[in-house]
Amino acid sequence: MNDWQPVSREHIARRVALDVFPGALVNLGIGMPERVGNYFASTDEIIVHTENGIVGSGPIVEGSLQDFDLINAGRKTVGLLPGGHFVDHVDSFALVRGGHLDITILGAFQVSSSGDLANWSTGEAATLPSPGGAMDLVVGATEVFVMMNLFGKNKEARLVKQCTLPLTGAQVVKRLYTDFAVFDLSETTPIVSDLAPGVTLNELSRRLNMRLQPSPKGIGTYC
Amino acid sequence: MINKVCGSALESMRDIPDGATMLVGGFSGAGVPEALISALLEHGATDLTVVHNNAGNAEQGVARLLAAGRVRKVICSFPRSWESHIFENLYRAGKVELECVPQGTLAERLRAGGSGLGGIFTPAGYGTELAQGKETRMIGNTGYVFEHALRGDFSLVKAHRADRWGNLQYRMTARNFGPVMCMAAKTTIVEVDEVVPLGMLDPESIVTSGGFVQKVINLKKELQ
Repeated sequence: MNDWQPVSREHIARRVALDVFPGALVNLGIGMPERVGNYFASTDEIIVHTENGIVGSGPIVEGSLQDFDLINAGRKTVGLLPGGHFVDHVDSFALVRGGHLDITILGAFQVSSSGDLANWSTGEAATLPSPGGAMDLVVGATEVFVMMNLFGKNKEARLVKQCTLPLTGAQVVKRLYTDFAVFDLSETTPIVSDLAPGVTLNELSRRLNMRLQPSPKGIGTYC
Repeated sequence: MINKVCGSALESMRDIPDGATMLVGGFSGAGVPEALISALLEHGATDLTVVHNNAGNAEQGVARLLAAGRVRKVICSFPRSWESHIFENLYRAGKVELECVPQGTLAERLRAGGSGLGGIFTPAGYGTELAQGKETRMIGNTGYVFEHALRGDFSLVKAHRADRWGNLQYRMTARNFGPVMCMAAKTTIVEVDEVVPLGMLDPESIVTSGGFVQKVINLKKELQ
């Protein structure tokens, strides 16, 4: 993989933001997905939902603006947009499961070519299993987007034919954004819509040991 | 005259026995009833089952009960949280049980418990390890898991303002599990930043009805 330059996390976040439509109600997961909010245009009025009860969260704030009663799911202090408000946990998850949330953007340990997601348990006794809100989010949101590095620490592919880790949900992921490519997932062969500079479809297919097909709209350069 | 405001936090703990199931509000520090947890530690009840979103962070909140050896079992959605080392060490040593519940399921099990239902069918977790051994049902084309209602013996909740009837308002994301936990316990004890005279809370903006609340602790007074 030394010959491939991964796309930076900021670039991945910017790319995800392009696929979030104006006026969407969106949940941003802890970690990488939180950055996506930095690339929403304020004129688009994208409403960010946090599982702990903000509807209309503003960006992360620091210093004198911090209030530890106004935090996102990742415990970062945030602002509140005009129109933003608070709900309790029951209503927060009614928004999630009840089909009111347009998009959820999550991190992952593993994703399968058919859209299975594993992101709550490493399956090892030593690490605590922690589903949080993920199992509700993946069954409830209209679209599930995942952001992750395509290869793990030991260079193992994390987009796989079949997940080896415990599932969060089966056939739930629609779009997968990684540091080398962007994929559309379904029951059939994964479709590649974007490739990082220098990455070819054939070589990517070989390294993932998986059939891939180009998007009928063509493959964009991802940077 | 109804007056749910108690003289002291410690006094409000009087009836909590060993082995009680305690619902504890809060999410990542916001809305955690720290004064009530201090009083519970002083009161001394042990062998507790604690229902909370996390399993404690750093040396705060539920982590203080865990560190003092008061907790037999934790029911939560996200134990692997920031600085959750106290729980992690106890869990690995086999000194505390864990029941892991998806977050929305935790909220809805409590809501069911607080509103007289036996349980709920939820699509969250269907087909995963967390559904193993549980009743499932297809409704339409969707698979659902049956989850039992969850009730506590006592609820410890942090709110912002109360009146003497126990009507409550919260502050921003400190609301989180507060309203549903108030519903789901036999005895709900709430610590508030301020108690205001009856009639001073805007009736349209009371979030939790005093009907769900038994005892109120005025933090302003406790600090004096």
